[in-house]
Amino acid sequence: MTKITMRTYSYAFLLPAGIIYFVFYLLPTILSFFFSMTRWTLMDWDFIGFDNYVTFFSETALSIGFRNTIVYAVVTCVLKVVLGLLLGAFLTSGIMFKSYLRSVIFFPTLLSTIAVGIAFSMMMHPSQGMINTSLAALGIAGPDWLGNTKIALLSVAFVDVWKGVGIATVIYIAGITAIPQEYYEALKIDGGSSRDAFWHITVPLSRPAMNSVIILAFIGGLRSFDLIWAMTKGGPGFTTDLIASIIYKQYQAGFYGLATAGNVILFICVSLLAFPLYKFLTRSEVHL
Amino acid sequence: MSKTKSKTIAFVTCVLLVFAVIAGCGGSGGNNQPAAMNNTAEAGGEQTSGNSNSDTSAEKTTITLMVGNTGTTLEALKVVAAEAEKKLNIAIEWDIKPDGTEGDNLVKTRLATDDMADLLVYNSGSLLQALNPEENFLDLTNESYMANILDSFKETVTSGGKVFGVPVGSTNAGAILYNKKIYADLGLTVPQTWKEFMANNEKIKAAGKTAVIGTYKDTWTSQLFVLADYYNVQQQVPNFAEDYTGNKAKYAATPAALRGFEKIEEVFKAGYMNKDFLATTYDAGLKMLAEGTGVHYPMLSSALDAINQNYPDKMNDIGVFAQPSDSADTNGLTVWMPSGLYINKNGKKADAAKKWVEYFVSPEGQAVLSGTLKAVGPYVIKDVALPEDTYQGVKEMQSYFDEGKTAPALEFVSPVKGPNLENITVAVGSGISGAKKGAEDYDKDVEKQAQQLNLPGW
Repeated sequence: MTKITMRTYSYAFLLPAGIIYFVFYLLPTILSFFFSMTRWTLMDWDFIGFDNYVTFFSETALSIGFRNTIVYAVVTCVLKVVLGLLLGAFLTSGIMFKSYLRSVIFFPTLLSTIAVGIAFSMMMHPSQGMINTSLAALGIAGPDWLGNTKIALLSVAFVDVWKGVGIATVIYIAGITAIPQEYYEALKIDGGSSRDAFWHITVPLSRPAMNSVIILAFIGGLRSFDLIWAMTKGGPGFTTDLIASIIYKQYQAGFYGLATAGNVILFICVSLLAFPLYKFLTRSEVHL
Repeated sequence: MSKTKSKTIAFVTCVLLVFAVIAGCGGSGGNNQPAAMNNTAEAGGEQTSGNSNSDTSAEKTTITLMVGNTGTTLEALKVVAAEAEKKLNIAIEWDIKPDGTEGDNLVKTRLATDDMADLLVYNSGSLLQALNPEENFLDLTNESYMANILDSFKETVTSGGKVFGVPVGSTNAGAILYNKKIYADLGLTVPQTWKEFMANNEKIKAAGKTAVIGTYKDTWTSQLFVLADYYNVQQQVPNFAEDYTGNKAKYAATPAALRGFEKIEEVFKAGYMNKDFLATTYDAGLKMLAEGTGVHYPMLSSALDAINQNYPDKMNDIGVFAQPSDSADTNGLTVWMPSGLYINKNGKKADAAKKWVEYFVSPEGQAVLSGTLKAVGPYVIKDVALPEDTYQGVKEMQSYFDEGKTAPALEFVSPVKGPNLENITVAVGSGISGAKKGAEDYDKDVEKQAQQLNLPGW
């Protein structure tokens, strides 16, 4: 088949979508590359070459930001992949109240991230928060979830997982229900246990679903910003700063050119991680 | 399925994902939700029925005024606007903006898109300088009322030799607010030196109360020990502001300036702050101070106004003293200048706006204003004295002014101010980094800001 015959529509049909794509996506991207090399006050700009990139890389909190971004993305991604699979398998089995339980799992996804962040940061208050008062009733002294520099990031990651695992579960449910029942029947005839069914049929055959979850969760983690901003604003100090929150603070300070340079760097980093990951995952996909 | 096709789809999906990422980030940056809800001057709308009906109400001019929504400034301005409407037949339409950095970005965006209100209430000092006043605001240098405004204020709203604003409200001091009742109970006296201050803290702690209130959940409140120490810095290093602006003096390398960071560290190390200071908010801190569970609160004196709103019966218990230095001879207040009222140069109703401003700074307008907006420090307009019912804490501040023991905060004498100071002081104040490291980090932060402002010498 040649390329010409594959084309179903004339270019005129593609034009409206093309214009929208150009004006709202392509053009801002190109402009952002340009403005990242300027000192920009919104009112005027002057070209300063790569100075912004040099400044951005000398940012003190940047190494913390990179480390936190990776840790956050990996932790939330792994937990969502594992918990989502378990919940997905659980909710496709023959339990009671299945659809009710499914909607309960999905419910947090529908909430506003900011609202969730504010609610959890109140619950995580070290002495008056619900979590620690409950723990105290059991005789356990809970830590300062968001004030302790060692666990603050993980506390936020936990909330992210609570909020986001519903999406992962739904994707898994779709993947698992698509597995033909014949495989399970064959396993039963061969005398396999339900554990075997899970490990040898459900897990390998829900790989396409797992890949989607990994990609979505990982990229979501890399660009995560709203939840951390609602809960800690990158604090205490700079201990929970992510790349995105560092960039946001630069915008806030009015360093528009510098912050745009940060976004270009984030774009490159996410691309460098996402393209190979996507390629790797799609290559090893198993066909049903 | 042909391999090329699935490859293409994979590629396009990836590209879209990445664009979604960028779009998401760009959105969070620029998306400062213009919290500006335009609500017409309902307060001014006591419909001065007799008066305005007799005039042809068709002649009424309406101008817009952009102002932040924290504190009582907006309420007080509404009262002035109601009076002005009767007198001048000029009504105000309010354009409410958020305060803090969100507000800064909103103002810059509105100016850049030529969408600014006719009048703007905004900070004086370094933040005003960042708005390029000569291009955006009307030159008020030759207005007759400027003679009544103190030079100390005028300097903070001057750019290129032209004066652009008039003061809104009173000065404000960075100091230590303290609970006088507890001071009396424990037999303490106002400390003259840092050593005495720490000794008082020790006694307060021994009495089972919080010696120093920390409210780091609202990160800006953590900066006070550094910012309010500036009177002490400039007493010891008189040319600090100049050298600092010219990239010759550094916080970490100037012992007097470094003291501010060290003071935060000392208070943390001695364990004088409340247990949950990282999770405590500004409002909770005010409550502690008013109720006497906390005794010292390093804060701006504008907090007195906030205390008055919630605990009016406790106002006489709250006193103010200057942040102590290491020597009893150096003891003075660091002063924040009031915000300015500026006229949009490119507005269509500049004449009406000018008339309104003239009324606003007239003794009559100021009398109406100070009826609602209680002074949190002395005024910067001549002949406007503090009224009888001024807060006790403000009366205590007056003596520093009378003796000339005041200095403007660094942000009013230098355009250099790093945006991350509040995060750095939280780090120092919670033991994440030491004082020296904090000062070094701040010097780097400042360097970035100065470069972005393109200041000479950086």
